[in-house]
Amino acid sequence: MKTMILMAATLVLAAPLAIAGGPDDDTLTINDDIEIVTKTDAPAHLDGLDTIYSGWHFRDDGTQEMEMDDFDNPGMIFVDMARDTWATPEGAAGKSCADCHNDPESMAGVRAVYPKWSEEAGEVRTLQMQVNACRTERMGAEPWKYDAGAAINMEALLASVSRGMPVDVAIDGPAGETWARGKELYYTRYGLLELSCANCHEQNFGNYIRADHLSQGQINAFPAYRLKNAKLNGVQGRFKGCIRDTRAETFSPGSPEFVALELYVASRGNGLSVEGPSVRN
Amino acid sequence: MKLAGPILVGLCAASATFAASTAPDDVIFGAYGEAETPLTGAAGDAVKGQRIFSEKSLGNCVSCHQLTSLPDVPFQGEVGPVLDGVGSYRTPAELRGILVNAKMTFDGTVMPAFYKTSGFIRPGDGYTGKAAQEPIQPILSAQDIEDVVAFLGTLTD
Ligand code: HEC
Ligand code: HEC
Ligand code: HEC
Repeated sequence: MKTMILMAATLVLAAPLAIAGGPDDDTLTINDDIEIVTKTDAPAHLDGLDTIYSGWHFRDDGTQEMEMDDFDNPGMIFVDMARDTWATPEGAAGKSCADCHNDPESMAGVRAVYPKWSEEAGEVRTLQMQVNACRTERMGAEPWKYDAGAAINMEALLASVSRGMPVDVAIDGPAGETWARGKELYYTRYGLLELSCANCHEQNFGNYIRADHLSQGQINAFPAYRLKNAKLNGVQGRFKGCIRDTRAETFSPGSPEFVALELYVASRGNGLSVEGPSVRN
Repeated sequence: MKLAGPILVGLCAASATFAASTAPDDVIFGAYGEAETPLTGAAGDAVKGQRIFSEKSLGNCVSCHQLTSLPDVPFQGEVGPVLDGVGSYRTPAELRGILVNAKMTFDGTVMPAFYKTSGFIRPGDGYTGKAAQEPIQPILSAQDIEDVVAFLGTLTD
């Protein structure tokens, strides 16, 4: 396993640099079975883009290929770990996820509609918040740390059983206020570099910034296994890194700001397929 | 990496010598965003300017701009225009203005302001993700700006 990852990392380094030209024309089918929509018309609410692309289109061929077969996708190891967790009782109630939800496959379609308004909690919840609510309220277990180990692995499992289904988060009704807050954050120019998400991912996708080929910063493919740090990365951890790189005081994973931003960024990808866990450099 | 220490020290020492530099908030812009008056009393050093232009830890201009004359600098970006020959069509005053705060020349531009210390939203302490320490330091010093202006001035063709 290690060797494969190292080889892939070398490939990335050896790749020729700075060939301009936006997203490539490749198509993604996983395990010769699950067709992934990686390119489609932008949702109606989105003025800044005509076509939306998964970040997969902006990676080199070697990285792209690792996502085409679950045996080559290092992210799937963490999915298997989460399958074990799924069946393991934990907490005061002595229950496992499986006791109430049967197979993980029963969760097909759930990833696609999160973040989502929770009537019961009166707030927008990300998938990780929902899982933690089951842990604390229904299992009597400790909440998992946001965007860390067990929580991301479980998110990867929940994503994997929804692969190929279109992202479809609701942006109106009770979620509308949170969505609007997220949109505001997306267009705010943070930090000493005064850069917004849109400056890089809407105005400049397809361009190179230093060694990085800028994508649209979509989150349909999360969690993402990054060759750079050889682990699964959560959506909000990625947001944190991008804001930090504008020389700004960033927000923390799990903060209300990032929950709002996650809802808004997810909605920019409405119509793309759920693709996680993905492979990125 | 080994070089970075001494160079940084060198730069700091250089700016300290010319304490009488114009503060970021005191730079005067013309109608098109140009800044006529040099920020320090010392002439810019084009050699240092090239280093500031290329190095990630300094100006990192190459993250967004390409220069054909710097084939050894890897990973030149495409967010901004290629700057070949910019010294022939931009005056030093224009270049200075663009470097101090490009938004005065190009409304709403993506290019960061390199000599500015106020008006930021959630300014950070370098790339740590933590809040900036007060007083906020500009990304480049007054002398760094003059050095880069001098370097860009050599790009004529
Ligand atoms: C004691 C029963 C119970 C246990 C144990 C439990 N859940 Fe739940 N879970 C529920 C109920 C009830 C709901 C809300 C009703 C629904 O949407 O199915 C829910 C909802 C969910 C949802 C949202 C489904 C949706 O359609 O929005 C997810 C995701 C979820 N649980 C994951 C987990 C995971 C992962 C675990 C184990 C860590 C777990 N649950 C453990 C009872 C449980
Ligand atoms: C200075 C430019 C810049 C800014 C500003 C920026 N990012 Fe990024 N972002 C990058 C780069 C470079 C990458 C890695 C290459 C890529 O996928 O675009 C990246 C990657 C991402 C990814 C991973 C995409 C994938 O498919 O793997 C997401 C999601 C993302 N950014 C979201 C955001 C959000 C949200 C913001 C605003 C809070 C933001 N970014 C601000 C440069 C930026
Ligand atoms: C985040 C990307 C970015 C960085 C970093 C950046 N620039 Fe720019 N720069 C731009 C963009 C974009 C423009 C085009 C202005 C516009 O229309 O928005 C530009 C324009 C310019 C121009 C004017 C070119 C012309 O044709 O008139 C000069 C000169 C310039 N930059 C120099 C620099 C220098 C020197 C640095 C480093 C200290 C630098 N830039 C760093 C993005 C950047």
